Amino acid sequence: MTSDIALILATDGLASGAIYGLVGLGLVLIFSTTRVIFVPFGDIVAFSALTLASLQLDRVPGTLKLVIVLAVTACAIDAYHHWRQNQPQKILRGLLGYGVLPLIPVAIAWLGAGIHLPSWAQILLALALVTPIGPLINRIALRPIADASVLLLLIVSVSLHYGLAGLGLIFFGAEGFRTAPLTNTIFTIGTMTVTAQTVLMIAAALLFSLMLFLFFEFTISGKTLRATAVNRLGARIVGIRPSTTSTLAFLLASLLGAISGILIGPVTTLYYDSGFLIGLKAFVGAIFGAMVSYPLTAIGAIMVGILESFASFWSSSFKEVAVFSLLIPILLWRSLTIGHAEEEDEEIET
Amino acid sequence: MSRAARNAIVCAGVLALAVLPMFIGSFTITLLNYIGVYALVTLGLVLLMGIGGLTSFGQASFVGIAAYATAWLTTAESVSPWLGLLFALSLTAAIATFLGAVTLRLGGHFLPLSTIAWGLAIFFTFGNIDALGRYNGLAGIPPIFVGSISLAPSEAIFYLIWGLLAVAAVLVANLLDSREGRAIRSLRGGVIMIESLGVNSFRTRLIIFVIAALLAGLSGWLYAHMSRYVSPTPFDVRMGIEYLFMTVIGGSGQILGAAVGAAVVTLLENKLQDLLPLVSSNGAQLEIVVFSILFIVVLQFARGGIVPILRRFVPKTAPSAIAGNAHRLARRSMPQRGTPVLTVQGLVKRFDGLIAVNEVSLEINAGDIVGLIGPNGAGKTTAFNVITGALASDDGKITLLGQDITHHNQRRIAAAGLARTFQHVKLRPNMSLIDNVLLGTYLRTRSGYLRGALRLDRAEEASARLEALVQLQRVGLAESANELAGNLPLGNQRILEVARALAADPVLVVLDEPAAGLRRLEKAALAELLKSLRDEGVTIMLVEHDMDFVMSIVDRIVVMDFGTKLTEGAPAAVRADVRVQEAYLGGVT
Repeated sequence: MTSDIALILATDGLASGAIYGLVGLGLVLIFSTTRVIFVPFGDIVAFSALTLASLQLDRVPGTLKLVIVLAVTACAIDAYHHWRQNQPQKILRGLLGYGVLPLIPVAIAWLGAGIHLPSWAQILLALALVTPIGPLINRIALRPIADASVLLLLIVSVSLHYGLAGLGLIFFGAEGFRTAPLTNTIFTIGTMTVTAQTVLMIAAALLFSLMLFLFFEFTISGKTLRATAVNRLGARIVGIRPSTTSTLAFLLASLLGAISGILIGPVTTLYYDSGFLIGLKAFVGAIFGAMVSYPLTAIGAIMVGILESFASFWSSSFKEVAVFSLLIPILLWRSLTIGHAEEEDEEIET
Repeated sequence: MSRAARNAIVCAGVLALAVLPMFIGSFTITLLNYIGVYALVTLGLVLLMGIGGLTSFGQASFVGIAAYATAWLTTAESVSPWLGLLFALSLTAAIATFLGAVTLRLGGHFLPLSTIAWGLAIFFTFGNIDALGRYNGLAGIPPIFVGSISLAPSEAIFYLIWGLLAVAAVLVANLLDSREGRAIRSLRGGVIMIESLGVNSFRTRLIIFVIAALLAGLSGWLYAHMSRYVSPTPFDVRMGIEYLFMTVIGGSGQILGAAVGAAVVTLLENKLQDLLPLVSSNGAQLEIVVFSILFIVVLQFARGGIVPILRRFVPKTAPSAIAGNAHRLARRSMPQRGTPVLTVQGLVKRFDGLIAVNEVSLEINAGDIVGLIGPNGAGKTTAFNVITGALASDDGKITLLGQDITHHNQRRIAAAGLARTFQHVKLRPNMSLIDNVLLGTYLRTRSGYLRGALRLDRAEEASARLEALVQLQRVGLAESANELAGNLPLGNQRILEVARALAADPVLVVLDEPAAGLRRLEKAALAELLKSLRDEGVTIMLVEHDMDFVMSIVDRIVVMDFGTKLTEGAPAAVRADVRVQEAYLGGVT
């Protein structure tokens, strides 16, 4: 391997690592506020890229049906919940939030099916279509068991992934897509060429991480999320509603996931089930950050991206094996450095 | 239900299985074979997840490792499948030990998360190795022979599968009813308590992880020689979650649930494969969607699974009586009265900037009852936790019976003769009183996993039960020995902890607020108990807020305030001490 190739591999790895980092931030955001290890998060990333690809091909994206199915289910569950709680006045609000709001972009996409949109509008529409998926899934499957153990939530979360991937196959089909590059510019530095797409990916990851940081530091909503992450009971006692923070966390994370999908779409061919691997690679990064630290998660995710890039140079068929085997030294390091805290009760049955 | 009745039912079940293949078609037998093969994996998950509290999405990859191991060895090297079994199980055990050693020290969710990752890694490895046929897999695997009888027909291998499943289920059931089984059942709900009784919780977790992997490996071996063909697909993470589904549906803490869950899921899957194509052209895709929805609904509404629901209609088996000829466990010799038992010199414990225990020194002699008192936040419980090894000290020296235990872990300190109770009661509410007390005898008994599984531990077990019952009698809880500990009122739970500590035959008992929540008469009984222990030569140290109680029984009092020792001496002298009055009541001036 020459140093030129190494440099190219490194920049490629850095770019995909930046996206894994963005996905990893979303995972940590959800985990720290709701204790849910959100395995279907990768599916949101893949669905976002597939949605944009369909829009670019002037097709009606499968996302429409998916969002309709999820929105109707979520509305039904929410209305039933408020009915049982004797709070009929809240039903309308639930219908607005879980029904009308996610269905607005669906209606736009459906009505505008024949019209070719400019690419920025396609991207905005794809984001608006995909972002509600996270909060909807939360409302349907995770909020009702918010107090269950981390393990139970994890098992539900893994089954959610399989359900969602199954729906993805039905709605998107088995075909793989690659979206049109966001830009075709190529920079030349000395002998090396860097595509603007790579720069864009890294810059976007940095920008959105910065925005997340500013949100946590300087807004009340951000602070409620942080407070919930530090101490759920304490946050509840001072009046922070767990249902509000969890919806907010899922909404934000879902947006991060959708953005990641838009950014990664032009560089890899994505299928309905590609999200699982993207999500898991981000997890390896998140585990590096012990599922709590944002900066360590980003570093871990970049390591994953670079390792993957070099591994695929040597043996493309073993690149996944290499990435997931990286988990072993990370876990080993974690298990040697983590102190033995008394664990909370982890009971599965009630 | 009497034991005889239960045995009759078991015999009838075995007989029914034995004659079953004569009456049903070969399709049904094949289905039953698959159920049996899946049930072996699920049995491992029952032990690992349902009882030990550890979740793994990766059991399917252990099935795969074993299946590929035997498939490769029997096709490439054409050796006997029995050698394949040996190779498959050794390989599975080696990989499980390594993965377990890396992940099991970490918190609850790291293990399942990493099982997904290495489950995927193993799946991709199968699919990319030429010798393993890549994604096409390996075909032409020979059938198993028993002597000259070929087990190729599904009616023949049926007996091997269900025979092995029955043996495995009995061994696991025996194990759970033994000394190590109690340790396994106590893994959930925090490890400080079981470590303080001498149980190595990491080792226990690792062993059940390997046992579960071996059961999956056995299943993989059967699978390879039953279907005579292996490919990566049946061993991916999706299958891993299906095994979890079987475990939860059956009832995750139930041995019988393994077979029930495997049967329900397999039959359901079979039905769905017939029905879904009628509903939609996307039948195969819908199947996984329907499955995950069902799983999520089950987890939300019926986490207990099927077997506990059925169990409500079955009368309980009477608890086993203690054999008449059991001996009590051997006791250790107590130190000479008046000789030093515990010496603490200059003990320091810091939590970041806060010094919780500052230069505390004290000495306790054999046969003394020493009270440790002080206002809230004085550092009493922290001092206790450092002495018992639950927390590491920052400075100072602790000696127990002349042995330096400053840097020993809880288990070694327990083995040296120290037993404790906890300020926040730590019991296993879902275990009976006697089982909770039996945990205390862990270090006085020897039987390991194998002896327990093969029922070679009965004599020792009878002695341990007798010992536990004697301790329960002593604290006045013998009548409810078989009730669940969680049903006791808080005061009695504290007393149960005292019985558990006594079952360890300690030299020094350390009690953290034993009288809290007790009524007057119960307190008097506890005081009598402590005095009688002192007369036997047991040394006692206790933290207590009830001054009447403390003053009436202790020989000496140590007073702590703001992490330092204020004074020590006889009860009357301490009561008269101005500094103590100030610490409790504020300045008198």
